[in-house]
Amino acid sequence: MNNYDSNQIVVDMKGITQKFGTLVANDNVDLTVHRGEVHALLGENGAGKTTLVNSLYGLYHPTSGEIFINGEKVIMDDPNVAIQHGIGMVHQHFMLVKPFTVVENIILGLETHKHGVLDMKKAKDQVIALSERYGLTIDPDACIQDITVGMQQRVEILKALYRGADILILDEPTAVLTPQEILDLIQIIDNLTKQGKTIIIITHKLKEITDVADFCTIIRRGKKIDTVRVADVSEADLASKMVGREVSFKVEKSKAAPSDIVLEIKDLHVKDNRDIPALRGLKLTVRKGEILGIAGVDGNGQNELEEVLIGVRKAESGSMTVNGTDLLGKSPREILDHKVSTIPQDRQKRGLVMDYSVAENIILENYKKEPFSKKGWLNFEAIRNYARKLVTEFDIRPNDEDYRAGSLSGGNQQKVIIAREISNNPDLLIAVQPTRGLDVGAIEYVHKALIAQRDKGKAVLLISFELDEVINVSDRIGVIYEGQIVGELKAEGADENEIGLMMAGGGKK
Amino acid sequence: MKKLSILFTAMLALMVVSCNKPKEAAAPAEEPKQVEKTVSVTMVTDVGGVNDQSFNQSAWEGLQKAKADFGIDVSYKESKQNADYAPNMEIALDSDNDLIWGIGFMMADAIMEAAQNNPDQKYAIIDNAYENTPENVVGVVFEAEQCSYLVGYIAGRMTQTGKVGFIGGIEFFLIQEFEYGFKAGVKQAGADIEVLSQYAESFSDAAKGKSIANSMYQQGADIIFHAAGGVGNGLIEAAKEQGKWAIGVDRDQSSLAPENVLTSAMKRVDNGIYNLSKDLADGKFPGGKTVSYGLAENGVGIAPTSSKHVPADILAEVEKLEEMIIDGAFVVPNTAETVEAYTPVEL
Amino acid sequence: MSEKKKLTDSPVWITMISISFGLIFGAIILLIIGYNPLTAFTVILKGIFSKPKYISWTVIYATPIILTGLSVAFAFKTGLFNIGAEGQYIVGAITAALAGYFISLPPILHIPLVLILSIGAGAFWGSISGYLKAKYEVNEVISTIMLNWVALYLNNFIVLHDKVKREGSEATNKVLDSAQLIFANTWKTSEAGISWRKVHPFFGDILRTPANGGFLIAVGAAIVVLIILNKTTLGYSLKAVGINREAAEFGGINVPSNIVSAMAISGGLAGLAGAVQVLGFTREASALAASEGYGFEGITVALIGANNPIGCVLAGLLYGAMKYGGSKIQPAIGAPYEIISIIMGMIVLFISMPKLIKTLKLKKKEDK
Repeated sequence: MNNYDSNQIVVDMKGITQKFGTLVANDNVDLTVHRGEVHALLGENGAGKTTLVNSLYGLYHPTSGEIFINGEKVIMDDPNVAIQHGIGMVHQHFMLVKPFTVVENIILGLETHKHGVLDMKKAKDQVIALSERYGLTIDPDACIQDITVGMQQRVEILKALYRGADILILDEPTAVLTPQEILDLIQIIDNLTKQGKTIIIITHKLKEITDVADFCTIIRRGKKIDTVRVADVSEADLASKMVGREVSFKVEKSKAAPSDIVLEIKDLHVKDNRDIPALRGLKLTVRKGEILGIAGVDGNGQNELEEVLIGVRKAESGSMTVNGTDLLGKSPREILDHKVSTIPQDRQKRGLVMDYSVAENIILENYKKEPFSKKGWLNFEAIRNYARKLVTEFDIRPNDEDYRAGSLSGGNQQKVIIAREISNNPDLLIAVQPTRGLDVGAIEYVHKALIAQRDKGKAVLLISFELDEVINVSDRIGVIYEGQIVGELKAEGADENEIGLMMAGGGKK
Repeated sequence: MKKLSILFTAMLALMVVSCNKPKEAAAPAEEPKQVEKTVSVTMVTDVGGVNDQSFNQSAWEGLQKAKADFGIDVSYKESKQNADYAPNMEIALDSDNDLIWGIGFMMADAIMEAAQNNPDQKYAIIDNAYENTPENVVGVVFEAEQCSYLVGYIAGRMTQTGKVGFIGGIEFFLIQEFEYGFKAGVKQAGADIEVLSQYAESFSDAAKGKSIANSMYQQGADIIFHAAGGVGNGLIEAAKEQGKWAIGVDRDQSSLAPENVLTSAMKRVDNGIYNLSKDLADGKFPGGKTVSYGLAENGVGIAPTSSKHVPADILAEVEKLEEMIIDGAFVVPNTAETVEAYTPVEL
Repeated sequence: MSEKKKLTDSPVWITMISISFGLIFGAIILLIIGYNPLTAFTVILKGIFSKPKYISWTVIYATPIILTGLSVAFAFKTGLFNIGAEGQYIVGAITAALAGYFISLPPILHIPLVLILSIGAGAFWGSISGYLKAKYEVNEVISTIMLNWVALYLNNFIVLHDKVKREGSEATNKVLDSAQLIFANTWKTSEAGISWRKVHPFFGDILRTPANGGFLIAVGAAIVVLIILNKTTLGYSLKAVGINREAAEFGGINVPSNIVSAMAISGGLAGLAGAVQVLGFTREASALAASEGYGFEGITVALIGANNPIGCVLAGLLYGAMKYGGSKIQPAIGAPYEIISIIMGMIVLFISMPKLIKTLKLKKKEDK
């Protein structure tokens, strides 16, 4: 972006250490940010990026270390102090009141009033002026629940600007956006920095850093590894600094050898929770020995598709056969018994019983079967032995089958689920967003596991919002838009832009 | 935060003190009792509790009066659940009382059992006459038909609609005496006055009392008498809401709704308790008997506040009837047959 | 789990602190309304421990609330809030009173039969709410509260029925001797029993109370609950549904049937509480003007016992002791009995604010 002024330091965090009990989340971390700069914080999940910005935003009180804003030492013990010093934060999960309009959300807590009466006219004018100044297109009178995720994010940014923010913290801002929306965001960031705003962006996507950031601070296991000028380094450099070893980006795989059809879905119609059609005549097939990737923006029916496949949502009409057996409307148990395994989208909500141990989670689908139980009595020895075997085989860390699942890192939680599902020896493996929130190392692991299953002759259905992932891992790609597969193409040599267009509904039918 | 930590420290300090001290603190409190040897009387309430606006409260008032008049030690113990009666008897026994009262017939079993197990302890019970009263027990009953008769007469004289009502608690002889006394009194006032009568099958369900009262008022009754403990609170509430008359029972219930409680058929549980406690203090405990209190003994009567709403001429007639009953000029009916047979007396 | 926890972070510690706070709070209230808390606590302690029969009474008071506590705790463990232990208790009690009087069998058969029938009645009552939740997504909090009232009036209807009611009372006939659980009930009032009791003051004193087998049944039930939760596939799936319904459903566990089972077991425990109270103590079921509160006290017991079956036994004993011993402050010093409810309420309040206790602890450390 190159809009920064290297003589003016706006944020200077010195020697920040944050301990939670015995856990050291930040260990003597420094962070220096200049006016007008886009500064990326890069690190694996749990590396301590979010902890660091939470200290800056006053959500945590650092165990030691000092924070200077525009050269003045500030004790950040409350987000209000941060806001007073011109710091604004856009969280990964938006903090918006859904039935309120855009303007109402932006002014919430700072309402303009005339003699105690809300002055919406004035508020609206101010909001429009702000949005025009920074190129943040919004519809001021629309309700949050009716606008796109991209626009919701712009509302969040406006909210921070309305509160006088000069320093904006964006926590994983692209996780929920389409490729087109990401381009818009990059444009917005450029506009903001041109007008002297400073941006701190948290991400673990390397491409975004090279696209927008001026500087990047890499954090690994709570420690600052390096701060680099982005122009001087390559993506591979960043990745190895983040993970601590060389990482391969290209997913190595041989050519697929698809054979018989395993999963065949025809003319599937499904309604969502609000009774609105979510899948409208969806059609797809997955064969043995291939990976079908479903690309699409969140909210186009992927969630409902997952639920129908697992058996927890009723379909209106259509058919869904696995190895020729119609499984539509069958219970999750019956579907599991037909050799269908699923790595669900939300591992904490749907994949794991967080308060159960690793071993208890591993037998979740098979606890009623021998040797894990007999006549209603659990056999803990058999359970532990089996779990220990999988913990070693899948390298789940810590190497302890009695460890509470909820205390594992995201990547290891995902390994528990993968271990459970793969050890079921399924004919069809469904993976929904299998690498969400995982770091580079763990992503590599998951991708390899999926390909290994394909190579064993299993059918794999991959549903993901990450276009790169779909292109890299799949053999064929189906693009889902508004509950239909709007386009199908070979993954090899697929054009990202063409798929992106289809994901946004602009493709050929 | 600072304040909280101070509070915390204060609490800790208090805790230490309260953990260490109790033994020394408690010892002296018990001694004087043995030296003076005052007569001590305790009572155990039924589940109504000591503030029931009815006979439990009246009983406690009687004990307090006894304490004020001749200096006995008094105490009470409330029962919260039916299951509390037996243990409460034990608790009363353990605190060295000369006499233990059970308030209300619901405690008849508990008193009987305790009396049999502890023949040296004196017991008394309100509203219960045992078939075979043990030597260490006195049953105290009240000739409720007498006061019911008097309020029945007032109701009969004052009704505008020619219809009055009676709400009973649970239907058995003790409560039926109220009903028949009341009916006889109404009959004395006028043979053509109709009496609506219903039992709530409860002594505590005020909501049910209210719904029965409302339906009676709807059927045209303008004065309703109750003998139903806590159920009657519902009646009085209904009277207040509808602007009709209610007649209280046991205590003077006028204070509950001064403008709507016409009078009350007072069962002077307080007098009963007071008198028997006095007998005990004087060494004249009538063990093994059932004592009956009527108009003559001041055990029943109408509320002193009656003059507020009842015209003086009617009250004069009531007084006359009262004298005739005390003199034995006629016996107030207390069964269905005797009411049927009752012919109004000449005033 | 491998992380070693300090004693001061453990739930037991928080419970102990909360109990102390509750007592201190009660002491302050007593002080404010003009009673000496030291005397009051002395009366309570003496009233619980100074004679064998007091301890026996404490156990008798604790027995039903241990069981309702287990009932509520079991439901909590499976992610359900059973406010209906009250109604399930009532249903169990009336069933026991009827089966204990109208059926005539030798004790060896009669007692188990009555217990089973009562458990069944409570389980049925609980499973209504479970079914409504599983099938129609009716919140169990609402349905159990409503069913409490239905149980109450059903109980009164049955008790006051001509064929059931004992003459001149608001209660059923006493259960037959063959169904009662009281130790040596007939022998102890016989001549031989009375003379034996004179020679053996300790046991003689205990036999003055209706000491009964209910407590053993309650402890047995706690152990059974412990085994179900930790050793069986049923407990495994119930807990999984309780902790994460969606994950359990995705893992192929039949969630609706688990909810019904959980409510049935919870209700069965409360029904057992009613049976034990009738067979072991009251020997009758009474018409009720309002709930007697055994089920609600069970919620307190479950919370203080941290939903652990053994914790429930201990918390039930604590509550039973406070209920029995605490009531003695009324005749002794004239202080209101309600202070006990205030203390128990405050203990629960402090337990549900572990954060406050931790903050206080942290502050204390910092101040040093």
